[in-house]
This record gives sequence, structure tokens and C-alpha cells, in this order.
Amino acid sequence: MSFSVKSEVIDNTAIIAVEGSLDSSTAPKLHDEVQRIILQNPKDLVLNVEKLNFMASAGLRVIIFAKQKLGSAAKLFLVKPQDQVVETLRMTGLLFSVTIVDQYPE
Amino acid sequence: MAEFDTRIDFYPTHEFKGIKYRRGHVLPFGATMVPNGVNFSIYSSAATSCTLVLFEKNAEQPFAEIPFPKEFMIGNVYSMIVFDLDYETLEYGYRMDGPFKPKTWHRFDKSKILSDPYAKAIGGRDTWLAPPNWDKLYPFRSRLVFEDFDWEEDKPLETPIEDLIIYEMHVRSFTMHSTSGVKFKGTFTGIKEKIPYLLDLGINCIELMPIYEFDEYEHSKKDPETGELLLNYWGYSTLNFFAPKSGYAASGKFGMQVDELKTLIKELHKNRIEVILDVVFNHTAEGDHRGPTISFKGIDNKTYYMLTPEGYYYNFSGTGNTLNCNHPIVRNMVLDCLRYWASEYHIDGFRFDLATILGRSQEGSPLSNPPLLESLAYDPVLAKCKLIAEAWDAGGLYQVGSFPCYGRWAEWNGKYRDTVRKFLKGDEGIVGDLSQRIQGSPDIYRSRGATAGINFITCHDGFTLYDMVAYNQKHNEANGENNLDGNNDNYSWNCGWEGETNDDYVNTLRHKQIKNALAILMVSQGVPMILMGDEMGRTKYGNNNTYCHDNELNWLNWELKEMNADLFNFAKHIINFRRNHPIFRNKDHFSNTDYMNTGFSDISFHGTKSWQADWSSSSRVFSFMLDGGHAKNGNSCDDIIYVALNMYWESIFIEIPRLPEGKYWHVSVNTDMPSPFDFHSLSDESRIEDQLHFIAGPRSVIILIGK
Repeated sequence: MSFSVKSEVIDNTAIIAVEGSLDSSTAPKLHDEVQRIILQNPKDLVLNVEKLNFMASAGLRVIIFAKQKLGSAAKLFLVKPQDQVVETLRMTGLLFSVTIVDQYPE
Repeated sequence: MAEFDTRIDFYPTHEFKGIKYRRGHVLPFGATMVPNGVNFSIYSSAATSCTLVLFEKNAEQPFAEIPFPKEFMIGNVYSMIVFDLDYETLEYGYRMDGPFKPKTWHRFDKSKILSDPYAKAIGGRDTWLAPPNWDKLYPFRSRLVFEDFDWEEDKPLETPIEDLIIYEMHVRSFTMHSTSGVKFKGTFTGIKEKIPYLLDLGINCIELMPIYEFDEYEHSKKDPETGELLLNYWGYSTLNFFAPKSGYAASGKFGMQVDELKTLIKELHKNRIEVILDVVFNHTAEGDHRGPTISFKGIDNKTYYMLTPEGYYYNFSGTGNTLNCNHPIVRNMVLDCLRYWASEYHIDGFRFDLATILGRSQEGSPLSNPPLLESLAYDPVLAKCKLIAEAWDAGGLYQVGSFPCYGRWAEWNGKYRDTVRKFLKGDEGIVGDLSQRIQGSPDIYRSRGATAGINFITCHDGFTLYDMVAYNQKHNEANGENNLDGNNDNYSWNCGWEGETNDDYVNTLRHKQIKNALAILMVSQGVPMILMGDEMGRTKYGNNNTYCHDNELNWLNWELKEMNADLFNFAKHIINFRRNHPIFRNKDHFSNTDYMNTGFSDISFHGTKSWQADWSSSSRVFSFMLDGGHAKNGNSCDDIIYVALNMYWESIFIEIPRLPEGKYWHVSVNTDMPSPFDFHSLSDESRIEDQLHFIAGPRSVIILIGK
């Protein structure tokens, strides 16, 4: 499945839509996008992952990277993650570092 | 990225069939991610050439084989950087060419693809019981791992060893049973889900049976009678010393076992629970001359193994081969490995399986000053790690009390186990020996202090605590070895009936004996270790060597916690009791004097008459009093505690010492009483009427507190 990243900033909130499979071949694209958008000091970061069907270690690392770059004041939302993504976050202890929602704004 | 661009070693110099590479860095050994590529480094003292073999994940055939050019070799080390590799999907190995002449100790075979001894993960059997294919070109495949885990503030806990209460467990067995109630059964994540249970029980350290990558199918066979598959279930046979077992990770199928294990450790540390690994450096999974060539055998046979003059394998481990631990190369690998686990995984300590092998010379004789044990003891990275030896091996070397310690090493105290078991079953002539064991075995650890000994009554080898009071004989038929395997000296007593029974008298006595055992363990100086499930009466139906069973013989049945609630409640209380009374956790031995001028010596011995212990051979009663003014060797304060152990089959009338004015004896534990009167919760102990006498029921433990 093809991979795509699209981002926008609305009202001080960064929204990135990710589609496809997030592994070591695609993670650098998301990584660059996160790095670029965080320069705008968003209040929150929203990852729309409804169409993200797989996340490997490299993808996990982008989430950690985003979390660390955002700082403790900002929240990291995941919108409608698929089961595999949630399970991966749970097994690797990241589930409580992100806020999972069905839509944003909640 | 600008800084990358300024270094020329970020760019390839060579190309081979479309793969770009250049000269690599000799150190570190293994495969390391570097900018734009991967640095590979491996050594062999006798190979004539080496080829790097690269695979896509799970692919049958390699996508590239790159011979190391001669100019890439420094000393005996081959290194190269290969560019544009996918870290997540790459699997790699080596071919080594050289002589195959067992008589000169060489077994090179370039038809084999060899796994890197320094690989940080192994692919190929990503999930537990994934069916093996013995004909595969490369079954155990070296992989790369990300080493950038987000530890936040975590670091090893460095709990003083005397304050530990160790819980020995097997990763899969702990939560595999259908009653465990966890989502990811039998995995690292499963343990994480059970942290609230561990906290409730009160232990503060788990010791994990081997988690280095192993092959559960090694020596697997069908039981001729039942047809059941018997496995290398416990995992005491290592494939690779740096890689965690993928089949123990729920996320192993995604290659995330490293992250999952680190997440577990971080979470345990958050809850103040330490993690000790049971490590097996005495042998590998390659077996003897008939065994497979997986890694070491084909890379540098004569360096990694102890070999006979004829080129066969010495077998001090009882499993086919013996790792040549005091060869400088192997010694460094062991050191690199433990440093890696201590720094990358924040491991708090290591328990070394059959550790006396680590003190044998390359010819197998015991060394008086073994360099490996010394290196580990003085290593700066391992400086705060607990180092614990199983101080015996299958070659007959028994070193409990004499294991070379360098002021650092502790030992599994096998004498503690045997003495306490004999005393519990009512053997004569044990009281003198027992008095040493409950004091932290000063007779064998004179200069090493009480913390040199890990006290245990049960461990994975041998009966569970319940089976110790339910079976006189081992019942190992299910292991498919005609009941010949497993230890015959169990010092156990079945309380009147062999195995399960509906007899109330027998079952009550068994529960009492379990409580007696747990109580003795928790009031002894030294470091206590309990076996997973003993707190709830776990049984293996008399099987004392369940190394091969992936079934309910090993899986912990969590319903036992409710069925044997009296045992669980008692275990929880007695653990809590120890943790709340520093007098049980002295670092140095008692001196039998009143060096704090409290009026009582730190420890005193008693019998049916106070101040008169009965050391005679027919004695089965032993009491001791600890003076709280000498807690933590006089650095802490505690109550006065009196413990009476009556392993006689009748009640006895005991005279107890007179307390100073204003203090009174209170009962904390009386195992002769039925639950819930067998203990009183902390600070709610009941004051006894007769302050000078007490009746100790048959085969019971009494603990009194003077306050």
C-alpha cells in the first residue's frame, strides 16, 4: 500500500494525516514532517492514523521523537488507530504517552 | 545533516553486484548502525577468509554475499560498512572458510551460514513454537536492533542486596495458564500486566529463568507413551548471549522484542522491583561433535569451546559442550555481554547457571584465581550489579562457601536448602547446622557476611514447596526418561500420603509445613528467594525436573490463589513482616555480643528452657531471639523478636525469655493455628497472657514480638 503524509496547522494545532505502512522505509518521511511542523510550536499534535495499517519499530520511534520534541505541556493525539497500532503501543509501553480519540476535536 | 557530509567514511568506496560498501570499524564487534549504513565486525583466529551474507527478512536465499577484501582485515578482525540497508528488514550472517580437522580442533565449514555471536536480536523463530525447518539454509538469523529506547529517568535500582526478596520465575510459565487473566499470555507484556500482583505479594525482585534466545525445539522429542511433544522449555541452552528470546515477546512477530522487554523492565523499576537474569554461560546450543553448527563452532571452534586432545568436547555442563570461559576472547565476550545487558537493558543483577565452570581453566581444572570471575567482580559497568553464582557444576565441582568471590559474588546457598528441608521433615541432628543457616551461614561465609548467601528452599530445579510436603519420591515419568532424570535427594516428606489426597489431616499438615518453610526462610539472615507459585501451593505432581513441558506442569494455575488463600495470605504476611523488620536484614554476621549495650546480645539461642538451647542430636526444637537494637548491625532500630521452631511431632511447653520492664511479648505468627489466626497483621499483634511460657504446637513456627 502506498504511503502518504499530509500536514496542516489549524488554530495552533498541528494535524498530520498518515496513510499506509509506517516502517523503516517510510518513517523518515513522517519524521521530517514532524520535525518541520514542530518548528511552528503547535499547542497539540494530532496524528490522523485511521488509514495507517502497520507500524514497525521505526514508526514507534517517530512517535517517541514527536512526544519528546513537543515537550510535556503539549498533547499528542492519535485519531482512530487500527488494532495493530494500538497493540504495538501497548506492548511497548507507549499507550499511556498518547491520547487516543475517535475524532479531533474531541 | 551537514556534519555527516563532512566525513568521508559516510560514503562507499567499493561496489559488489550493486551493493555499496567500504572499510569498516573494528570496534564495536557485531553489527552497528552508522550514518547511511551498517558497520559489521567479526573475528576468528583461524579462518582463512570470511564472507558477509545479507538477507531480506524471512527470505530463503541471500540477496548479497560480499567477501571481505584482505585490506579490510586488521589482526583477526574482519570489518566493513555496507550502505543503504534497511535496518528493520535486514538479516545477516557470515561464511567462514578454513580447515575442517577436528583433531587440530578446527571445524570450519563454508557451506554453513553462521550467526553473529554479537547479534542483538535473532530472527527466524519469531514466535514461540513456530515450526522449525531443519533444512533451512540459515535458521537462526542475526538482526539489528534500535538502541535508542526512551528510558526517561530510569536506571538500575541498586537496592541493597540484603533488602531483596527474590521471586524466581519463568516468563512463559508465569502467565500462560488460561486462568492468568492477562491479554498477552506467556510474554514479557504478560508479566507487566501482573505487576500489581507482585506488589501485593510484596516481593521486590524477580529473577527470570533464561531469556537469551534459545531454540525450544532443541532435542525435542515425542513422549513414546503419550505422544506429547517434549521441548527445551526452560531454555538453559543459549543460541546467542545478546538477544532476548523473541518468542517471549508478544511483539516478537513484529521484531519488537527488545522494546517490549525494556518496557517491562522500566515498568518494574517504576514499581521498585529489580530484575535479575539467570544467565547460562557454561555451554551453548551447538551440542557436541554431533550437534549443529550455528555460530561459534564454525567461527572459531577451538577458541569458544573446551576441547579434549582428540578434538571432542569436554562436557562439564552435562549438555554436550563447555564454553571456554577463561579463554581471553570468550572472557571478553561474556564481559561485553553483561555490560550490554546492564547498560542497554538496565538489568539489576545476574545469576550464573553452573557458575563453577566459569572458574575452570581451559583444560577444565579449577583455577584458584579465575580471571573471568575477577574481571566481572571489578568491572566498572557492572559495579552495582548483583552477581550470584550457582556454585556447582555437572562435572562434580561443588563450591558453596568457597566460590571465588572478590568481595562481590553471592551464591545460591545449597546448604541452606538441604538443611532447612531436613529440619522441616523432622530429621535428627540438624539443630546445630540449622542455627548456622538462619544466621546467614557464618560457618561457610565467615568473612563474606550474611549477604553472600541466597537462601532458598525451592527453585526451578527440584520439587515445588507443595510437592516437597506431598511427595517422598520424584515422579518424572512424564519426562520420557523412565524416571531416571532429576535429583533423587529431595529431603522431602509427604506428610503421610504420596500425592493428592482428600485426607484433611494430611492436607492441613501440608499447609502448615508450607507456612513453616516460608516463615523460616523469611526470618533467616541472608537473601531469601522464593519460587514462583510457592506462595499459592503450586504443584507439579511430584515431577522434580519439568524442563521439557510446555503445559500445566509448568504453567502457574492462578486459581490456586483462591483455592489456597490461607497460603497466599500467610506468604504475603511473612514477606511483609520481613520487609518491616530490619533486624532480619543485617549485612554483617551477628557477633553474639551486646555491642550496642541494649541488655541483650544481637542474637541468643534458646530451647524449651530460655537461654538453654538444646544442641543434642535428638533435638528438634530450636529458638532464637534477635535484639532490635542491633538491627542493620546497630544502624537501625527494631523490636525484640523471638522465633521458636518446633519440628517435633508433639506440642511442647516453651519457656520464653523475660523482657525488660515495660515491654511485652505479642504473637505475630503461630502456624499451629488455623487460618486466619495463623498470623496477626503488622502492629496488630496480640499480647499474650503468660509472658514467660508458650505452647508450641506440633511441627509449628511461633514468632513473638517484644515491644
